[in-house]
Amino acid sequence: MRVSFGDRVFTALNLLLLGLIGIVTIFPIYYVVVVSFTDPAEYVRRSFILFPHTWSLASYKYLLSTEAFARSLGVSTYLAVVGTACSLVVTASLAYALSRKRLRGRNLFLLLILLTILFNPGMIPHYMLVRQLHLINSLWSLIIPALASGWNVILMKGFFDSIPAELEESAAIDGCNDLSIWIRIILPLSLPSLAAFGLFYAVGYWNQFFNALIYLNDAAKWPIQVMLQNMLLNADNTELQADSFMATPPSETLMMAAVVTATIPILCVYPFLQKHFAKGAMVGSVKG
Amino acid sequence: MNEQPAVLTPGTGKKTGGRADWLRRLALDIRRDKYLYMLALPGLAFFLVFKYVPMWGIVIALQNYSPFAGISGSPWVGFENFHRFFANPDFMLLFRNTMAINLLNLVFFFPLPILLSLLLNEVRSMFYKRAVQTVIYMPHFLSWVIISSLTFLLFAKGSGLVNKILEASGAGKIDILTNPHLFWIMLTVQSIWKECGWGTILFLAAMAGIDPQIYEAAKIDGAGRIRQMWSITLPAIRNVIVILLILRLGHMMDVGFEQVFLMYNGAVSQVAEVFDTYVYRVGIQQAQFSYSTAAGLFKSVVGLVLVVGANRLAKKMGEDGIY
Repeated sequence: MRVSFGDRVFTALNLLLLGLIGIVTIFPIYYVVVVSFTDPAEYVRRSFILFPHTWSLASYKYLLSTEAFARSLGVSTYLAVVGTACSLVVTASLAYALSRKRLRGRNLFLLLILLTILFNPGMIPHYMLVRQLHLINSLWSLIIPALASGWNVILMKGFFDSIPAELEESAAIDGCNDLSIWIRIILPLSLPSLAAFGLFYAVGYWNQFFNALIYLNDAAKWPIQVMLQNMLLNADNTELQADSFMATPPSETLMMAAVVTATIPILCVYPFLQKHFAKGAMVGSVKG
Repeated sequence: MNEQPAVLTPGTGKKTGGRADWLRRLALDIRRDKYLYMLALPGLAFFLVFKYVPMWGIVIALQNYSPFAGISGSPWVGFENFHRFFANPDFMLLFRNTMAINLLNLVFFFPLPILLSLLLNEVRSMFYKRAVQTVIYMPHFLSWVIISSLTFLLFAKGSGLVNKILEASGAGKIDILTNPHLFWIMLTVQSIWKECGWGTILFLAAMAGIDPQIYEAAKIDGAGRIRQMWSITLPAIRNVIVILLILRLGHMMDVGFEQVFLMYNGAVSQVAEVFDTYVYRVGIQQAQFSYSTAAGLFKSVVGLVLVVGANRLAKKMGEDGIY
C-alpha cells in the first residue's frame, strides 16, 4: 500500500518522540551505574561524567566490606525468599479453595476479602496489632502482615477459575481427593502464573521499606532499603551543612554503588517478570 | 419420548426445611470439602487477624487510649479526638497538600499513559516497540527509596548532576529539593517517571483488541493516522479510561506515603505534610495513638465514600464500574 508523505512524517516524529522518552527514562539509571564504577578520584576531579576514563570497583569493595551493608543485603535476600514462599502458599491455597463454586461460604469469604480492598483502617491499628503480637523487632513483622493481599487472592482465583472443570473430574474419578488434585494437577498447570505472582511478591519484599521503618528498631535487622535511606539521609545532612564537606572522599560514588546493588536483583528478575506481567495485568482487567 | 415426567415423591424432591436439616447438610458439605477448607484456612485466618482485627482497633479513636490499660481499660471520650483534629490548623494544611498533590497528578500524570499508549500503538516495528516498552516499564519495579536516591543524586544542590552541569555552564546553582515551590512538581515528575510506562499496559491491551478492519475501513474513507487515533482508538479504550479515572478519584485522599516521606525535609514541611506522614509522626513517633487513629480514620472513611461514590457515578454514566 502507498504510504503518504504525512504518514511518513508522523511515523518519524513518533519514533523520535518515543526514543526520547526512552532515553529520559533510562538516563538516571545509566548515570548512576556508570558513576558507581568510576574511580572516586576521577569523580571528584571531573564535573560530570557520562563515561569514565578509569573504571573502578573501589566503591563496591568498600561497601561490601562494611558489615552493616553486607548484612542488610542478607536480610533482604532472606525476606524475599522466605516471604515469597509463604505468600505464595497462602495466596494459592486460599485462591484455589475460593475458585471451587460448590464451597459453602464462598461468597461470604469473597465479600470479606473484597471489603479489605475498599476499606483500610489505617496505620496505627496495624501497628498496635503487630506490637500486641510481639512481632516488633522481628523479621516476621515484615512477612506475616504482608502475606497476602486481597487483590492478589482475587486475581489468582480468577486464574484458577479458568482451568476447565473436566480436568478435576477425571482426576477425582481416578481417586484423587481435593488436596491431591490441587498438588498434582492444578499447581503444575499453574506454574507460569505462580512464577508471575512469586516474582511480584519477591519484588514487593525486596522493596519493602515502610514496615521495616516502623517495626524494626534494631539496626542489625535493617533490610537494604532502610540501609539505603539511612545512607541517603546522612549524605543529605552533610550536604546541607556546607559545601566544604566535599573534601571528604565522595560519598556519592558510594551511594550510587549502594543504589545499584539494591537494584541488581530487580534487574535480574526483570526479564522473567516482563514475560509474565502483561498477562497478569490482563487478568486484573477482567472482573471475576 | 418414553421418559417419565418427574414425579415429586415425599422425602426426595420436597424441601423439608428446618434448621436441623440445614445444619446436617452443612456438616455433610463441610466433610465433603474438608480439604478445601483446610486450604482456605491459613488465608482466611490471615485476613481475619491482619485485616479485620485492626478494624476493631479503630475504636481507640473514641478513647483516650493508654497502652498499659489496653482497649478495655482506657476511658471513652466520644468524638473529642476528631474535634481536636478538625480544630487543629494542621488539618487544613494536610487537606490542602493532599488535594494539591492529587490534582497535579490528575491533570499532568493521568493523561500521559493514554497519550503514550496511543503513540506506542502506532509503532509498526515490533522490535522498536518492545525495546521502548522494556525501558519505560522498568522504573515501576524500583522502590521509592531507589527513586528518591536517584532524585537526590541528580538534583542535590552540592553534587547533583543537574547543578554540576549548571555550574560548569556558568549558570548559578539552583536548589530544587529544598524549594517549597517546586516540591509538588517534583513529586509529580517522579510519579510520571516511575509509573507512566507501566500505566500503558492496560490501554495497550485494550487497543490490541480493536478489529483491524475498522482501521482499514477508515483508511479507505480517507482518515489519516491522527484521525484514526481520535475516532477509533480513543473511543475503543473509553471504558478503560473511565474505570482508571474512577479509581484515581476514589484515591484522592491517598498520597504515596513512602514517596512523600522520603522527599520530606525541614525546608518543605509546610507543603509536604500529608495525612499519612502526619499520622506517622504524631502516632508512631509521638505515641499519640488515639488522636492519630482518629486522623487516619477520617482519611479512610473519606476514601471509602469517594470510591463508592465514584463507582456509582460511573454506573450512572453507563460504564461498568469497578465492582
